[in-house]
Amino acid sequence: MSQATDTQGDEDGTIASVSGPVVVAADLGARMNDVVYVGDEGLMGEVIEIEGNRTTIQVYEETSNVAPGEPVTNTGEPLSVDLGPGMLYSIYDGVQRPLDELEDQLGAFLDRGVDAPGIEMDETWEFTPTVEAGDEIEAGDIVGTVPETESIEHKVLVPPDYEGGAVTNVEEGEFTVTETVVELDSGEEVTMHQEWPVREARPTVDKETPKTPLVTGQRVQDGLFPLAKGGTAAIPGPFGSGKTVTQQSLAKYADADIVIYIGCGERGNEMTEVIDDFPELEDPNTGKPLMSRTCLIANTSNMPVAARESCVYTGITIAEYYRDMGYDVALMADSTSRWAEAMREISSRLEEMPGEEGYPAYLAARLSEFYERAGYFQNINGTEGSISAVGAVSPPGGDFSEPVTQNTLRIVKTFWALDADLAERRHFPAIDWDESYSLYRDQLDPWFEENVASDWPEVRQWAIDTLDEESELQEIVQLVGEDALPDDQRLTLDIARYLREAFLQQNALDDVDAYSAPEKTYLIMQAIKTYNDEAFAALDAGVPVAEITGIDAAPRLNRIGTTADYEEFIDDVESNIESQLREKY
Amino acid sequence: MKEYQTIEEISGPLVFVEIDEPVGYDEIVEIELPNGEQKRGQVLESNEEFASIQVFEGTDSINRDASVRFLGETMKMPVTEDLLGRVLDGSGRPIDDGPEIVPEEREDIIGAAINPTAREYPEEFIQTGVSAIDGMNTLVRGQKLPIFSASGLPHNDLALQIARQATVPEEIEEGDDEDGSEFAVVFCAMGITAEESNEFLADFERTGALERSVVFSNLADDPAVERQITPRLALTTAEYLAFEKDYHVLVILTDMTNYCEALREIGAAREEVPGRRGYPGYMYTDLAQLYERAGRIKGREGSVTQIPILTMPGDDDTHPIPDLTGYITEGQIMMDRDLNSQGAQPPVNVLPSLSRLMDDGIGEGLTREDHGDVSDQLYAAYAEGEDLRDLVNIVGREALSEQDNRYLDLADRFETEFVDQGFDNDRDIEETLDIGWDLLSMLPKSSLNRIDEELIEEHYREDVDEPGEESAGDESDGAAESEAEA
Repeated sequence: MSQATDTQGDEDGTIASVSGPVVVAADLGARMNDVVYVGDEGLMGEVIEIEGNRTTIQVYEETSNVAPGEPVTNTGEPLSVDLGPGMLYSIYDGVQRPLDELEDQLGAFLDRGVDAPGIEMDETWEFTPTVEAGDEIEAGDIVGTVPETESIEHKVLVPPDYEGGAVTNVEEGEFTVTETVVELDSGEEVTMHQEWPVREARPTVDKETPKTPLVTGQRVQDGLFPLAKGGTAAIPGPFGSGKTVTQQSLAKYADADIVIYIGCGERGNEMTEVIDDFPELEDPNTGKPLMSRTCLIANTSNMPVAARESCVYTGITIAEYYRDMGYDVALMADSTSRWAEAMREISSRLEEMPGEEGYPAYLAARLSEFYERAGYFQNINGTEGSISAVGAVSPPGGDFSEPVTQNTLRIVKTFWALDADLAERRHFPAIDWDESYSLYRDQLDPWFEENVASDWPEVRQWAIDTLDEESELQEIVQLVGEDALPDDQRLTLDIARYLREAFLQQNALDDVDAYSAPEKTYLIMQAIKTYNDEAFAALDAGVPVAEITGIDAAPRLNRIGTTADYEEFIDDVESNIESQLREKY
Repeated sequence: MKEYQTIEEISGPLVFVEIDEPVGYDEIVEIELPNGEQKRGQVLESNEEFASIQVFEGTDSINRDASVRFLGETMKMPVTEDLLGRVLDGSGRPIDDGPEIVPEEREDIIGAAINPTAREYPEEFIQTGVSAIDGMNTLVRGQKLPIFSASGLPHNDLALQIARQATVPEEIEEGDDEDGSEFAVVFCAMGITAEESNEFLADFERTGALERSVVFSNLADDPAVERQITPRLALTTAEYLAFEKDYHVLVILTDMTNYCEALREIGAAREEVPGRRGYPGYMYTDLAQLYERAGRIKGREGSVTQIPILTMPGDDDTHPIPDLTGYITEGQIMMDRDLNSQGAQPPVNVLPSLSRLMDDGIGEGLTREDHGDVSDQLYAAYAEGEDLRDLVNIVGREALSEQDNRYLDLADRFETEFVDQGFDNDRDIEETLDIGWDLLSMLPKSSLNRIDEELIEEHYREDVDEPGEESAGDESDGAAESEAEA
């Protein structure tokens, strides 16, 4: 959280009443969304309502023992984040306080009333200018670069609210983020540090139609329900269906330049797992440590509820900053339901008129505002960058008709529905192929045709058709048993089973299987199709179905996923299937 | 400390007092009745003129003449190692006629959140001796794993069995001096009947577990509001024992449903806007503040492991209480009515059960190399058998293929041999996995698609085909001599 500057003329007030995270102050001369410090301990809060002389504040920390009469100080500034080099590798709470810094100050438990800047103000960075004295520059322009991590070069941007002008002086070398590196004739000075209010989107020129997929390395996602770079997706599912594992797989394997992972109101141990695991993992696309492209925001379920409300904004603002540098950013929010519940909790403390299921009436507006900050953008400095937003949704009782799921589905274009039934039988990722969809399929097909295989759309359609047919047949099988079906339908069931087991299922815990490149995804699909074609040819030639499904080459399809040298293995399996089946007629 | 005799309104569990000096939110209040009786409460809302107070012991016989004292601090729990072996009431006062408790420290009962960067990821396997848990839904130190039960099911027997049998296998080898990191139980009863409570206490006494236990007891006829603080007192004690005194603490919270009912009661009395089914909108946050107090901390010996028990109203796991719990806890153990009527002890249905921390707590060096694969395969096979049961009811067993019949047999044996082990039977992990292999060997090798081929060669039993035999205690895995088959 940024150290708000001292602003003169703002009147400080006193606390009039306290009820949980909602504090009412009297005589406070503050504007809406100003950050204030509450009580003797200086707990951080934000103005959310002004009524006459009474100002309502949501406090980002526990308010036990805070009493009326204590002072409230106004900073006169909205809730902002510190932007600059040093955000990657970091782990923040919901208001951008670095958690490791808090641990140093407070020990293992999070106490209150402590503030720390989001980026290290004393650390020096090697600044290499990309402009010279005399150059005309405008707001948003890149003036230099800083090697932030092994994999990311940080671009130093002119803050979007600057006027711009001709460069009068440029520095080069080691500087802290607060030292001026570029001076303009307008009198403005550019440092490597800037602040931006979290609730306001950073400006862009234009939004474009995304045409490149965000390759996730997950077969069911890349293969059947792809997400575009700059796209939006929702992962709803009841508890235990694997939302978090799916989100984490995305954070690990997606081919984005930058990953922002927001743990919003989720489990402490889960965040610890991320914090422990990510530094040890490699980015499969660059071979560099995964953390070198990652920024984590962890607001666990027992941390203050108001900070949970703000953590998604903190996350997306950081994402926008990296987008402005021309990077492709992937943002995961786990879970947006907890965010919505935080809104509900605060709204009910304000005694606002509730909408559906107690959620505030502005729920839909807030959700769409958030997802609209994702997209493929033309930046104001001429670069192109994207933010892909993936939100997990935790519907109560797994019922997708509830307000958060429904309002999210109205906005997002990719829907990965998780299913408890699949999870129960340990079919992971438990993405239900009947219910899920992706509206990006058509616009991404050209990319897949060009970069993976020219018949990608056809093979995918074949897989979808086969799975659809299986669903229909399963209904009959439930009634009369498999043996009552005609031979060709029994064969379809066998083939669909391989699609489920060898293609859709993917073991996130297996080192090899955890990431499946698009080529591998395609070849597995193709191998099963080979089995399909050969098997039906054999059936037409009069081979009994039991003999076809009984060949021992086919079950090896299930082992492709975990095989590292898959190309050779697939060739071998395919030729075995072919020869074993052709022997029979 | 300011004293008032200015009670304005008494409504349900709440008392509204007029004040002339500000009091802090969450501050503790003592109310003295004219007859000398004392009650305690907590400030729920505070402004310049009024404070609303929630009274833990209930508001009966409070009148407007009662005097109200604000103590100027939030609720504290006096903690000391001497609490072990003691029985306390729901407000933390001893009720066992033992000596007075001399606290070493007084800790705030609203625990601060553990910084996620300070947490140690839980991956130490706890052997509960229950196959359905150890084999299929492994518990680890620092986990919170609730038992989702329903009225009339033996969840208490399972909780007791876990409390009795839980060990960490390597503990024996550690060779720690007399009292190194030890095991302790904090038992927190919320609104359970006196009979149930006695059952727990009798078992603790019988097995000698009481000496290393702290019991907090808020019974069904104790005030509901008190249930709000009982678990916080218990968890504060648990944290102290774990993080200051290096104990491995197992916290049993029963019954969370009663806790949530109390939450709803207070919400209604405060005229709050209700969320789903009348429960307050902040129930998720409130429950998280309890459950998230489980865990381990880097550099500290002890751990807090939680087993909350809740009874699902109407056996419905989409009810807000189990639903919100499931979103916070790291899995759940699901009790099943059908299995119970079949006589399975414990009647755990493994299919909807889950342990999220299992994968990191098992495998080579932790339990056994084949653990993950065996458990996955058993899940898939049992699920398949379960599906087929519906079909058998319609078409009969004869109409099914030989393979399908194998799955059906496996599902039956899984329930009678693997799950049903008796509440007094303590199985080690080797035994549990070997029983798993007995069952899996009913299927042809080619069907074991979730198990590594090498492991199949090592453990698959060619000879076991006659079902029904009770697998006796000391069957070592060396018996699994199998020959490779082309």
